[in-house]
Amino acid sequence: MTTELLTVDTIRPYAPPPQIVHAGASEHRGGTVTTVLGFWIYLMSDCLLFAALFATYSVLGREFAGGPTGKELFDLSYVLLETLCLLASSFTYGMVIVALKAGNRGRVLGFLLLTFVLGLGFVGMELKEFARMIGEGAGPGRSAFLSSFFTLVGTHGLHVTSGLIWMAVMMVQASLRQFDTVLPTRLACLSLFWHFLDIIWIGVFTIVYLTGAMS
Amino acid sequence: MNVSETIRPTEPRADVQPYVTGALLALALTLAPFAMVMSGASGASEVAAIFGFAVIQIVVHLVFFFHLGRSPDQRWNLAALVFTALIIGILVGGSYWVMHHLDHNMMPNMSMSDLIESELIKA
Repeated sequence: MTTELLTVDTIRPYAPPPQIVHAGASEHRGGTVTTVLGFWIYLMSDCLLFAALFATYSVLGREFAGGPTGKELFDLSYVLLETLCLLASSFTYGMVIVALKAGNRGRVLGFLLLTFVLGLGFVGMELKEFARMIGEGAGPGRSAFLSSFFTLVGTHGLHVTSGLIWMAVMMVQASLRQFDTVLPTRLACLSLFWHFLDIIWIGVFTIVYLTGAMS
Repeated sequence: MNVSETIRPTEPRADVQPYVTGALLALALTLAPFAMVMSGASGASEVAAIFGFAVIQIVVHLVFFFHLGRSPDQRWNLAALVFTALIIGILVGGSYWVMHHLDHNMMPNMSMSDLIESELIKA
């Protein structure tokens, strides 16, 4: 059994230069693999949470109760822009991992900041959309469709917001800490979390927005 | 696994290339369904098509962003994922199936809102 087992590429930690290798470093490397696998299993359970919300939406998504429909409410070009923000942030986070493995602190921080700004743009656009809908009388209390819409999309938005808080903390740590084994593990977990949220968003824009705007 | 991967340098480097490929593919797979719907597509086959784009895009993300593959290194990641996909299938598909039949087997003119209304009148 080697520590190279279970490499979702991002798992492989940056090997520290010899001078900062301390006693027990090899256990830390093994710990990294276990930690990231554990985080992966958490993500799978989070997937089930979203599956339940998607199931709810697929059952209630057409119960308009005489209120506005998705076709009337959704502005697809706006949603496309949101989607592109999140997709671009997934790419820039990939660049964080590339920079991390090259041991380039400046680039790690730069790409983290860029990812953070794109993620913030996404959350800001989503909040603006929610505010507009609620202002038009299409709040979560209007119909079963809107209740399930706000629950599903809002839960995703909350996840992205938590990711942003996590990312802010990582920016501080990346500027202060040495690139030993701990920081790469944390950044690898955040990487999985961030890419995972982009995958959930594919489901959201397909099932909620595109399908909603079609019928 | 090729030689350059097995003989890894002490500082493993990640390649930019998979991220670029993945981002370009994902971009195309996002723009295509949006373009379809925004140009006024509707109907069952178009719905099937946008779901198809979504599934392909999810696979693209898993391969190029998560670097998930079939190598023995990742057996557990993949096993957890496949199991989750199964549960999601049962959960989402099952809910939709059950609720659809419930809806279908209700008496005519007896939608949920009518039911609530008649209860209100009785009360």
